[in-house]
Amino acid sequence: MSKFLEVTNLNVTFPTEDGDVHASNEVSYSVGLGETLAIVGESGSGKSVSNLAVMGLHNPVRTKISGTATLNLADGPVELISASPETVRRLRGKAMSMIFQDPMSALHPFFSIGDQIAEAWHLYNNGSKDDGIKKATEMLDLVGIPDPDRRVHDYPHQFSGGMRQRAMIAMALVNNPSLLIADEPTTALDVTVQSQILQLLKDLQREFNMAIILITHDLGVVAEVADRICVMYGGRIVEDGTVEDIFYRPEHPYTLGLLNSVPRIIRGSSHRLRTIPGQPPSLINLPAGCAFEPRCGYAKKVSSGACTAHVPDLSDKGIGHLSRCHLDVVDLSNLVKDKA
Amino acid sequence: MAENILELHNLTKFFPARAGGVFTRAKGEVRAVDGVNLTVARGETVGLVGESGCGKTTVGRTVMKLYEPTSGQILFDGQDITKLSRKEMKPIRSKMQMIFQDPFSSLNPRHTVGSIISSSYTIHGIEPEGGVEDSVRELLSLVGLNPEHINRFPHEFSGGQRQRIGIARALALKPMLIVADEPVSALDVSIQAQVVNLLDDLQKEFGLSYLFVAHDLSIVQHISDRVVVMYLGKVMEMGPTKVLFESPHHPYTKALLSAVPVADPKIGRSRERIILQGDLPSPVNPPSGCVFNTRCWKAQEICRTTVPKTVQITPQQTVACHFPE
Repeated sequence: MSKFLEVTNLNVTFPTEDGDVHASNEVSYSVGLGETLAIVGESGSGKSVSNLAVMGLHNPVRTKISGTATLNLADGPVELISASPETVRRLRGKAMSMIFQDPMSALHPFFSIGDQIAEAWHLYNNGSKDDGIKKATEMLDLVGIPDPDRRVHDYPHQFSGGMRQRAMIAMALVNNPSLLIADEPTTALDVTVQSQILQLLKDLQREFNMAIILITHDLGVVAEVADRICVMYGGRIVEDGTVEDIFYRPEHPYTLGLLNSVPRIIRGSSHRLRTIPGQPPSLINLPAGCAFEPRCGYAKKVSSGACTAHVPDLSDKGIGHLSRCHLDVVDLSNLVKDKA
Repeated sequence: MAENILELHNLTKFFPARAGGVFTRAKGEVRAVDGVNLTVARGETVGLVGESGCGKTTVGRTVMKLYEPTSGQILFDGQDITKLSRKEMKPIRSKMQMIFQDPFSSLNPRHTVGSIISSSYTIHGIEPEGGVEDSVRELLSLVGLNPEHINRFPHEFSGGQRQRIGIARALALKPMLIVADEPVSALDVSIQAQVVNLLDDLQKEFGLSYLFVAHDLSIVQHISDRVVVMYLGKVMEMGPTKVLFESPHHPYTKALLSAVPVADPKIGRSRERIILQGDLPSPVNPPSGCVFNTRCWKAQEICRTTVPKTVQITPQQTVACHFPE
């Protein structure tokens, strides 16, 4: 049974004066209906870039994209990377939709919230202007905006940050998309509002059986909502597994480092934070070997300099999920012992 | 020598609220900080937390006298600095320094790292022991940067490294108090941990006191000795970190803590959480009575009419609520 979205060997490169920026390299992931896939990584790890390629939102002149991204729609599969911009445009908003991190810059300041939601609805539905506003009011009610009949005529600046994010979710969902890509949807919000929005996404997913791709750097958010997780580093997926795999059986030194650097709120200990030394790599001059090798404390366990010589494969070494590391199966399964 | 490096008594800061254009007269005021009492002891880290718009940054900036307080009193090292002029503040500023949130806009892009850090000496007319350049190099290695990079410009550094430059600048004058306004929130997780550890180390080495302003509760819990929870310009609850996180008494603190996502799927999904309804009310027109009553699930009539008094629940823990848990 194929998943709703299948991305295979996706490469995204931006040619610049200083050389090619390899933002996304051989990235493969998939997500099924009703499932939440979290893509986790630090800034510059390629998590947004890959998904913008799926949505067809890169400038074709300044970007080189290869690989495939297939949407398995009810009336047959569509490959998005090779499809014409017109084909992708007709899928955007209807089959797949996206919400962005900063709701203030994603909403148009000159148009009312209702008009902006109605505009998305009119793209795929025939109806009068009033029908559009009626639909927008319904959507605002669905995402929990109080007094939607009145607020539908408000402008973005009259909404608070959390309400703008809700309005953007309403706009993304107005045509019942099967896939929702949420790029850091709660990063700009306070924790109390963040928990409201995450709850809302979960409820809406249950109601419409959506596939959700959640792009985030916040491991706390991931732990609460994701079914599966892809961890990205230096433009590559370094680990891919279920939420339990990643949190309780991490099999990549980077994932382990990431988990250890998060301060725990419940354990209430004042231990020293374990850090990952150094800086993330430049995407222009990616090392020939593993991109994490310069910061990795485990590289010395691998003999013959494999870590600096070539990039490890993303493979299952017999533990049950995928990891891109040269360590052998014994060392990999021992990694979890170093978890803080 | 005073016991507390910093004491705030009933500090308020109101900003004029303008309706309409630049030429309209001020109508009403934004009650950004409304009667805040807090102390920072020597060598202590006090975390100041709350949602955006709760006034935590304004408290930090008013302490530095970047804003003139509307009323109340600021005691720094036993000295009342509330009414001091800019000129009178200058010698005191060298003992209190600030670290800013955004490592990209807080460093002048046209100055080298060396001149950014040494400007502290120039401004205060201080000739450090061993000369300016050597001191700057020493500061750079202290914060974990390569002293050879003294002639580089800010754009040549990553976000985490820039934040280290900001910390080096704050340390140049050997301050007693550092007000850190969201010092790690712009950084990636793995870099955040490096900077938090650096702040920890520096505190141990120099006996610094921190007023640590942040919205990220897990970082605050990690770094602070005591925590102050603010909501709409007022202090809701205050207490030692461990006690406050384990047994919060104010409903707002409880809701805030339960909203923090936990990086552990089993704990995160099983625990009970309180989801607050609605948004922060406007500080121009704060609710009457307890400012939290519009979002509080325990609110009763008295909460809408009477401002709750701050009461001592345990020797070190205070809470402003009519119905503390």
